[in-house]
Amino acid sequence: MRTFAGVEDEDKWLAEGIAGIQHNAFFMHRALDANNLREVLKYSVLMLSELRTSKLSPQKYYDLYMRAFDQLRQLEIFFKDESRHGLPVVDLYELVQHAGNILPRTYLLCTVGSVYIKSKQAPSKDVLKDLVEMCRGVQHPIRGLFLRSYLAQVSRDKLPEIGSDYEGDANTVMDAVEFVLQNFTEMNKLWVRVQQQGPGTVREKQEKERNELRDLVGKNLHVLGQIEGVDLEMYKETVLPRVVEQIVNCKDELAQYYLMECIIQVFPDEYHLQTLDTLLAACTQLMPTVDTKIVLTQLMDRLSNYAASSSDVLHEFLQVEAFAKLSNAIGKVIETQLEMPIVGAMTLFVSLLTFTLRVHPDRLDYVDQVLGACVVKLSSVPKLEDARAMKQVVALLSAPLEKYNDIVTALTLSNYPRVMDHLDDGTNKVMAMLIIQSIMKNDSCISTADKVEVLFELIKGLIKDLDGTNTEELDEEDFQEEQNSVARLIHMLDNEEPEEMLKIICVVRKHLMTGGPRRLPFTVPPLVFSALRLVRQLESQDGDIAGEDVPATPRAVFQILNQTIEVLSSVPCPELALRLYLQCAEAASDCDLEPVAYELFTQAFILYEEEIADSKEQVTAIHLIVGTLQRINVFGVENRDTLTHKATGYSARLLKKPDQCRAVYACSHLFWVDDLDGIKDGERALLCLRRALRIANAAQQMANATRGNSGPVTLFVEILNKYIYFFEKGNPHITPSDIQSLVELINNEMQSDNGNTTIHSDPFFTSTLRYIRFQKQKGGLMGEKYDPIKL
Amino acid sequence: MNYLLGAFKPACNISITFSDGKNRKQVPMKKENGQTATVPLFHSQETISGKVCIEPYQGKKVEHNGVKVELLGQIEMYFDRGNFYDFTSLVRELDVPGEIYERKTYPFEFPTVEMPYETYNGVNVRLRYVLKVTIARGYAGSILEYQELVVRNYAPPPEINNSIKMEVGIEDCLHIEFEYNKSKYHLKDVILGKIYFLLVRIKMKNMDLEIRRRESTGAGANTHVETETLAKFELMDGTPVRGESIPVRLFLAPYDLTPTHRNINNKFSVKYYLNLVLVDEEDRRYFKQQEITLYRLKEDTSS
Repeated sequence: MRTFAGVEDEDKWLAEGIAGIQHNAFFMHRALDANNLREVLKYSVLMLSELRTSKLSPQKYYDLYMRAFDQLRQLEIFFKDESRHGLPVVDLYELVQHAGNILPRTYLLCTVGSVYIKSKQAPSKDVLKDLVEMCRGVQHPIRGLFLRSYLAQVSRDKLPEIGSDYEGDANTVMDAVEFVLQNFTEMNKLWVRVQQQGPGTVREKQEKERNELRDLVGKNLHVLGQIEGVDLEMYKETVLPRVVEQIVNCKDELAQYYLMECIIQVFPDEYHLQTLDTLLAACTQLMPTVDTKIVLTQLMDRLSNYAASSSDVLHEFLQVEAFAKLSNAIGKVIETQLEMPIVGAMTLFVSLLTFTLRVHPDRLDYVDQVLGACVVKLSSVPKLEDARAMKQVVALLSAPLEKYNDIVTALTLSNYPRVMDHLDDGTNKVMAMLIIQSIMKNDSCISTADKVEVLFELIKGLIKDLDGTNTEELDEEDFQEEQNSVARLIHMLDNEEPEEMLKIICVVRKHLMTGGPRRLPFTVPPLVFSALRLVRQLESQDGDIAGEDVPATPRAVFQILNQTIEVLSSVPCPELALRLYLQCAEAASDCDLEPVAYELFTQAFILYEEEIADSKEQVTAIHLIVGTLQRINVFGVENRDTLTHKATGYSARLLKKPDQCRAVYACSHLFWVDDLDGIKDGERALLCLRRALRIANAAQQMANATRGNSGPVTLFVEILNKYIYFFEKGNPHITPSDIQSLVELINNEMQSDNGNTTIHSDPFFTSTLRYIRFQKQKGGLMGEKYDPIKL
Repeated sequence: MNYLLGAFKPACNISITFSDGKNRKQVPMKKENGQTATVPLFHSQETISGKVCIEPYQGKKVEHNGVKVELLGQIEMYFDRGNFYDFTSLVRELDVPGEIYERKTYPFEFPTVEMPYETYNGVNVRLRYVLKVTIARGYAGSILEYQELVVRNYAPPPEINNSIKMEVGIEDCLHIEFEYNKSKYHLKDVILGKIYFLLVRIKMKNMDLEIRRRESTGAGANTHVETETLAKFELMDGTPVRGESIPVRLFLAPYDLTPTHRNINNKFSVKYYLNLVLVDEEDRRYFKQQEITLYRLKEDTSS
């Protein structure tokens, strides 16, 4: 038994072993030079006896082995040359077997054996058979492994494979295969026996050491893979069953895992495909602790790549029903390996899915089948909590998206949403985001209401609060990001057919309405604009839609819109609702739907009155209202008056004087629309401006009273600009003298303010004056108009 | 002084030569003093013939009461050294009493001599064949000369030669079955066999196959048994697992073996055993001994 000594001791032992080898190799070389066979054998046995040590770890032993190996090369050259030792190789073959110790004896036997084969004095298969049999004497795992690996090495170029010198007559490639298989079997048995004994850390070390030895065993499989003449038939009938038998029977986790991996790596894909049954059956027979999923995954990956490599091979896949077999095998593995964590099962499904996507891209039913199996598995566990498993499920769901570049395809998979149901909320969102991103990336357009319905079902994690979600934990930025994505998604839903589009909008609306106050501000605007786009479309197709039975009329859309926005106002998010109302009103106006527009405006006003309390918001709202109202031309006089009156009224009631002033002069535009058939009520426009002036004055005085400083004259200058605007537009009620007096007023204000204001005079005012001068000098019609103004 | 020395010097030189001495095979034989000499090889039923040449030293004459040559087959027990038991004794009178003045040659012949036993050199006993020339003299003591020869007898291959097969074990610990292909081997034979491990619950260091020679001398209460291990051949290194089979292939040629001798003239026996030894990691030995019969097969070549 190898004692577990320190590294230093081991180094010492190794050094001693190397010294022993070198010492005896020296005498062996002397004997070689003298062609003294007896002495050569004597010292080679002594040299090889150093390999009998049990004190070294595999790695150190390898070191020692390599030293001896180099010497054995010299020995082989000597053995080859009969003139040097004078003995026929047959006799030599017997002579070396006189050595008393098994290890040196078998090393020498292998060395002579290789010479024996080379001499062709005996059929290579007989010699090989004898060698592989005689090596049985070394049962010590490490020594045996190295011995057999030596045998494998010296025999590698002497196998009777096809095309080699040693093939022919009674020696067939079958013999070569037989030999390698047997050596492999024995080596594996030895390797498995590098026993783990002792507790904890020691075992870990041993496991590591064992792992270091694995390539010695795996080498045999490589050789098998390289033997010329192993055709599919032989592989199927002999090689694979034998290898698999050994793997299954050795009942060793590490070996099973490594060797299955080896098989998959070493032999051609084509063979795997044709022997799927055997391979898969083997997978189900492995030890329960073996990570079968990695094995299967690798197999499927290889097959996938193989399928991708050339389209010619695809029919082979169909022929062997690769998918059905793999699918079955996975099912079995999952069923039998109860301890396998859910992540393992998921990994398998991902691989299978990748496989089917590569091999059978046209078979959506396969994809669905995989997802279905996944659902079954997921349903059997209470709740998916393993983060890695979750990741795999995400991968599983993403794969079809990537493959088809088209969410539409995924939407037809009935099991897709069922898989998603098993995700936790966080992951569900991630997945939903992936779906949306996929849609964005591929610019895919979802064009039927049914699909939209499915899609929203899929991404419901983003659409509404799921049960048990702790909203406080959500990161605000993430939330916004998500909702922005949803908003972007809404724009991807489109259909040329207005009716279908309307349906889509209804579906979307239905889902969005469940989103709650936090989501609506994000999601309603895109919906509204999407609907408005429909309205515009309807408008442009005006001629086509005839008859009342068509549900997709602008009026109907507006009704929906009205209801939608109303929800928003109660969120509460009145500013946004107001804007949307105005937007809709404008659209309604474009459709010549006066009542609708009026209604919408009314809603906007109600909102303004009832909901918008903040003064700043009010200012913005007023300007929006005024702006929109100014552009709308659908209203009749009465309606328009009502609305403008209201708007002007609101303006004058703003809290701050400057705001009042600005709102009021903005209202002037309501009475003078610079359109061909726009309203041109110059008098009321002037009234507005005068009123603005009054307010400005009052503001100035108020400022004076409170701070002793009337402040800048900006308001006056702004009003002046309005005067000039209307003046140029030809409002008859604005006279040059009005402008002139206003200019003087401003000048006075600036001088009276205090002495030094002239120094930094208002740039706005200065440029306004420069404009007036410019217009005067320009001459022409406009110049004449400006002429009366004296500056 | 010269005169004195001369008195103890033998008066003549006796040499014995065999008639086919040049062609006869010579084999090495260890002498009592440890040196090796080569000696002619004979088989039973062979005719031993040759010449005895007596050559008196210059100017001397040999008076004698007769000259004879004897072929002796002797057994010597070492506890009774010097005392030979002759199991074969053949005499040829070569000369009647008289005087020998010059070189004189006597041919002799022992036709088809029965030599049933092989020459044997053991631990406690030896069996030898020797030619003894005696020049009998009255008062001065006889002049003697010996010539050793080696006898080897071939045996035909046995008609019945069963394999040795046996299952042995220690309960719940070790269970093996071994098989040697024959029970009778000739001296250049190869022992082939297999060891099957049916149950292994101990950690083994190695397994050896030993060839042991058991020489028993004397009879009854005075029997001496001496056992030597002539070969120690490692069959296996390390511990096998259940179901493993280990091949046996042991060439007998390199070892100094003799055929099995059974009850040679009621004086001694030499028997051979194969001893299978398993050594565990605590150096405990488990073994099983099986007798094998060795015989000398006629070699087809002259080598």
